[in-house]
Amino acid sequence: MAHAQTLTEAGETRFHLTEDHHPENGTLLGFWIYLMSDCLIFAVLFACYAVLGRNYAAGPSGADLFDLPIVAVNTALLLFSSITYGFAMLSAQAKKVPATLIWLAITGLFGLGFLSLELYEFHHLIHEGAGPQRSAFLSSFFVLVGTHGLHVTFGIIWLVTLMTQVAKRGLGVEMKRRLMCLSMFWHFLDVIWIGVFSFVYLLGVLK
Amino acid sequence: MSAASHDAHHAHDAHDHGHDHDGGAHGSLKDYVIGFVLAVILTAIPFWLVMGHVLPTNQMTAIAVMGLAIIQVLVHMIYFLHMNSRSEGGWTMLALVFTLVVVVITLSGSLWVMHNLDTHMMAPMPHDMREVP
Repeated sequence: MAHAQTLTEAGETRFHLTEDHHPENGTLLGFWIYLMSDCLIFAVLFACYAVLGRNYAAGPSGADLFDLPIVAVNTALLLFSSITYGFAMLSAQAKKVPATLIWLAITGLFGLGFLSLELYEFHHLIHEGAGPQRSAFLSSFFVLVGTHGLHVTFGIIWLVTLMTQVAKRGLGVEMKRRLMCLSMFWHFLDVIWIGVFSFVYLLGVLK
Repeated sequence: MSAASHDAHHAHDAHDHGHDHDGGAHGSLKDYVIGFVLAVILTAIPFWLVMGHVLPTNQMTAIAVMGLAIIQVLVHMIYFLHMNSRSEGGWTMLALVFTLVVVVITLSGSLWVMHNLDTHMMAPMPHDMREVP
């Protein structure tokens, strides 16, 4: 509470602000700045891939390894999860708890589908002998795509946590703020994925 | 005294109230649907270009794919992340611009430096090769 109460010597009550007014949405601005720093992590990993991505060490290249239909399905899953999260936010604004939970659950399922396809792809690559230790290209590929996958994993854990909280406490002010933060995180991951599928997969298949 | 505490309580209410209508950074159903449709189109085109070998040269395809990716990032920023120059009094936009500057320096700098190193690196001589463990 920013208001302090003092009694002056004349005995009258005065109020003054002991600190600056707490900025509205401070959490969201802070979270945005976190996302920007996360963006820098991905920028460095993209730079790493851009430098190393053509050093195959006489091993397989992207054109040999990448399966574009799987990537297309993955992209579609992530895009669908983005719009279903949008619907969850709209339901949350309308204070509809069951609808919010259903949309969040659908978002989580799309996220899980994305993750399992990605894990299947990684497993397939490693099984073919194209693991991260095969060449500089594959090392940088696994680090970049794996970091994105880790983000999605933590996003799903966060999503389940919020679903439990919404189910228990309803949609108060602070719950909407938390949903808003995850919304930014989730859409941000989709933005990063645009870079991954365009720069890594599509350009990797072109020789 | 009770009047004073009532005033303080009232001020607290107003404070909370301000939080409930935070920023106006919420999208409408229309925003999400427009964004989604644009994103689907901007995703389908690059996949079609690459998988169907539509353009005559690979370089043209690469430029088209990256161009469409940049447009799609903008679509996501505007329709899904609800970016505009007014939210948070312009601070989100400022942070974004700063990040973009650092990202451009990181990417172009890395590529430039590493490309230079690559072209200046001499092929190993047979004599040197014997020294390599």
